Amino acid sequence: MTTRKIFVVILLLAGSTPALAVTSSDRDVSLSAEGFGLRQVSEINRAVREGWQAAGISPSKAATDSEWCRRVYLDLVGRVPTVEELQVYTTEHDESKRANLVDRLLGDDYLEEYAGNWTTLWTNTLIGRTGGTGGSLAVRRGMQQYLRRAFQKNRSYDQMAEELVTATGSCMPGDSDFNGAANFLADKLDENGVQATAKTAEIFLGMAVGCTQCHNHPFNEYRQNQFWELNAFFRQTRLRREQATGANNRRYAVIVDRNFAGEGGDPSKAELYYELRNGKLKVAYPVFVNGTSLAEKYADRGEDFGDSGYLEDIHRRRELADLILSSDELPRAAVNRMWSHFLGYGFTKPVYDMGPHNPPTHPELLDYLAGEFRSSSFDLKELMRWIVLSEPYSLSSRMTRDNQSDDPNLGARPLFSHFYLRQMQAEQLYESLLTATEADESLPYDERESMKQRWLAQFNTAFGTDDNSESTTFNGSIPQALMMMNGDLVKNATACTPGSFLHDVATSSGLSNARRVEFLYQAALARKPSRDELVICNKLLAARGGNTPEALKDIWWALLNSNEFILIH
Amino acid sequence: MIPLSTPNGMSRRHFMSHLAGASALAIPALTLTSSVRAAAETLRKNHKSAILLWMGGGPPTIDIWDLKPGAATGGPSQPMATAGNARISDKLPLVAKHMDKLSIVRSMSTREADHARGRYYMHTGYVPNPNIQHPSYGAVIAHEQESKVPDLEIPLFVSVGGASEGPGFLGMAYAPFQVDSNGRIRNLDMRIQEERLAQRFALLETIETRFISQRRGMAALDHAKVLQKTNSLLTSEQMQAFKVDSEPQQIKELYGNSGFGRGCMLARRLVEAGVPFVEVNMGGWDLHQNCFTSLDNKLPEMDKGMSALMEDLHQRGLLESTVVIWMGEFGRTPRINGNAGRDHFARAWSAVVGGGPIQGGLAIGETSADGSRVESQPFSSEDLMATVCQALDISLQTTFTSNNGRPMKIANGGQVITELFG
Repeated sequence: MTTRKIFVVILLLAGSTPALAVTSSDRDVSLSAEGFGLRQVSEINRAVREGWQAAGISPSKAATDSEWCRRVYLDLVGRVPTVEELQVYTTEHDESKRANLVDRLLGDDYLEEYAGNWTTLWTNTLIGRTGGTGGSLAVRRGMQQYLRRAFQKNRSYDQMAEELVTATGSCMPGDSDFNGAANFLADKLDENGVQATAKTAEIFLGMAVGCTQCHNHPFNEYRQNQFWELNAFFRQTRLRREQATGANNRRYAVIVDRNFAGEGGDPSKAELYYELRNGKLKVAYPVFVNGTSLAEKYADRGEDFGDSGYLEDIHRRRELADLILSSDELPRAAVNRMWSHFLGYGFTKPVYDMGPHNPPTHPELLDYLAGEFRSSSFDLKELMRWIVLSEPYSLSSRMTRDNQSDDPNLGARPLFSHFYLRQMQAEQLYESLLTATEADESLPYDERESMKQRWLAQFNTAFGTDDNSESTTFNGSIPQALMMMNGDLVKNATACTPGSFLHDVATSSGLSNARRVEFLYQAALARKPSRDELVICNKLLAARGGNTPEALKDIWWALLNSNEFILIH
Repeated sequence: MIPLSTPNGMSRRHFMSHLAGASALAIPALTLTSSVRAAAETLRKNHKSAILLWMGGGPPTIDIWDLKPGAATGGPSQPMATAGNARISDKLPLVAKHMDKLSIVRSMSTREADHARGRYYMHTGYVPNPNIQHPSYGAVIAHEQESKVPDLEIPLFVSVGGASEGPGFLGMAYAPFQVDSNGRIRNLDMRIQEERLAQRFALLETIETRFISQRRGMAALDHAKVLQKTNSLLTSEQMQAFKVDSEPQQIKELYGNSGFGRGCMLARRLVEAGVPFVEVNMGGWDLHQNCFTSLDNKLPEMDKGMSALMEDLHQRGLLESTVVIWMGEFGRTPRINGNAGRDHFARAWSAVVGGGPIQGGLAIGETSADGSRVESQPFSSEDLMATVCQALDISLQTTFTSNNGRPMKIANGGQVITELFG
């Protein structure tokens, strides 16, 4: 937001007193109940309500306009709305204002931010927060480049899945054979592609098969043979290590396909062996999780080379991609992941474990949405639109006496009768602070992105194990609180240097201090200050000897450090 | 007790006097600043602490604590006599001198051979369950010892050089405080006057309290509790405990110049300052490839750090009140794979415990000649956890109410390994 725009908004704030925090009107709610003319939205509303009725609970009331607006900005474009954006939305009187806002956020105006947000989310899903750092063979920038283009063009989800599963080429942008999608598998091909198998199954099929690598697991319906039969699809996939030239001479991967000779000496029937718990070896050939084997598939066509390891006969990863794309699991897993992103919990917990041992909370709705997603040609924006315009997404996070039992945090199966509180991700905080402070608008994308990566790195710990597992201290613990209280990002945000957002608010003429405080509250919390809070703000102003900019620094600091700011509600 | 010096320009009473001024700003319902207390002259210490040496990735215990020199897959380590009854790898000459204070449990037999699941299980005593998050060792012990360390202003549960596992349903107030092995903590510098910080807190408390009262769930209150703890440590003189650099040179040399060594040194400082639970992480044990050449580097580092810790705790009389645990998420296969590595193996492996009332010098249980089976009574994560709790005087009758309202027994009802208590 430019300085000019700020003044427009300040004038708006200073003039009339628009109702910024009113509950959505009844008219709006009824339109929402009808699903904004979208049958998928109506069906979500119907199915979720059915769950409330069955459990004998009633939903919380609708979130305020400001709360909903803040929520949808955070979830779709990865940051809080500016005061101006909030103002535009809350003062609109069109009964389809929600649908209009979603159209805007999914449209051309926000294309860069939308693509940036989903690139961040999917980079973390595909290669983790530490992928591309330390000893990793992935190049984070390469992964991001691929995803950014895909989201900019709204590439269909099935096409993305295919490109990621079958990618060959260099992970490094700039190489003649660069293919950013290759980064997905770059760190997953050790030990004959065990991680490639596990992560492909988790992400694209919603199947947690990792622990079946070693044995049939008591809590998992999948069997050890299924793991290794799926793994057989990755045995033609190899990795070449390259060293980057120049100052940053780290190693990275080039993914290549090679004939698989098999472990039994016959490449035309290339098998692999795995070990049972009793130490015996068993053989495995490529068989998909639904039981489709390449041998049978090709035998049906009168061909006998289904198990061949020669690429000219069978390209196993392409076969796998075909099987994934035609499976029911692909859209189900995508819907589950997406639902979890917006509602805080998926239909299963965890989202990547949707096996028969872990039944979903709303099985019919899940199947319905999966079918609709496939019918939409795997259009991610459509799926997002259905979910964010639904009734469960519109509800307040305030529980009622009636629905407080619906708390997955207490181990209950989610019924989505109120919005579940969840903390912003580190990336959302970063973007929100930049938005709220207009800190770095002039920087080019790459530079901005690398600054962000450096900042994010402080929270990440890699366990250094073969499954690339990692953890973050941006989890509501003390290191996060210290960063919020004393870190550079917040320090800069509260510095009140000329040209900054805070400075503009503090020095604009014709604005009362009460209005200034309200402006900060809107920017951080999307609401007005309460009477009690205004009293304390006034005392802070007195404590600063009437120095408004200094007092506003204190207020801004307190707002950014609050639970209400960091928790999406 | 380490001498607690006052940081420049700040004293706790000074801070308190300003808080009194700040309180005129507001009368918050939830007093975040209430944890700020007058500096204790001495920290009362009537509790026991624990140090967990966490070997992330799953160490090949067949090459370390339970050698199989006769077996084809026994590896190059040779058994060596120690100060205790057990023989261990000849790559651990320094630890061998302290094996009178440590005992090996050679009959660990668990089911989780996946890193994330194994890490969770060994830290909590429970297998992962999608509907409930169980508290880890550190959180459980912090929770149980908290009332015995009322003057402790720094976190009850510190994880050095790694992430540990979370507090589960006990809430973020018992989350591990993660620091690197140099004890450096980011963003500790307040940069503003204490008085002004207190005034900011007055507004912050009001916002927090308002939001908590709106019944939006546990996360709102957890946030406030963590803020309170953060505020408490910001001005605490006890933060000196993290300054490993202030150790005398000879002590630094004793621990060795490695991340794990410094981590062990930091653990001793923290325990000395009254912290009930410290986890020190040594990673890189996921030895699917080149197991033995890697061990040539890893074991000397472990030997130095672990032996120094035992020596130092002993010298200072802290070993009587400090339980030491050495373990990873599982062991590794007796079978040596095609890359000269060993893979994940949970069925038969070793853990090591000592300190407090735990008897040293023993080897409990045994495995078959090739190390592939436990041939005595097997022990689980639950049993080990129950043993540690017993050693720390934490009642095994302790029951938590989990977030879904169900009672959950501490250590998941594990059985104490009685041989360890003489």
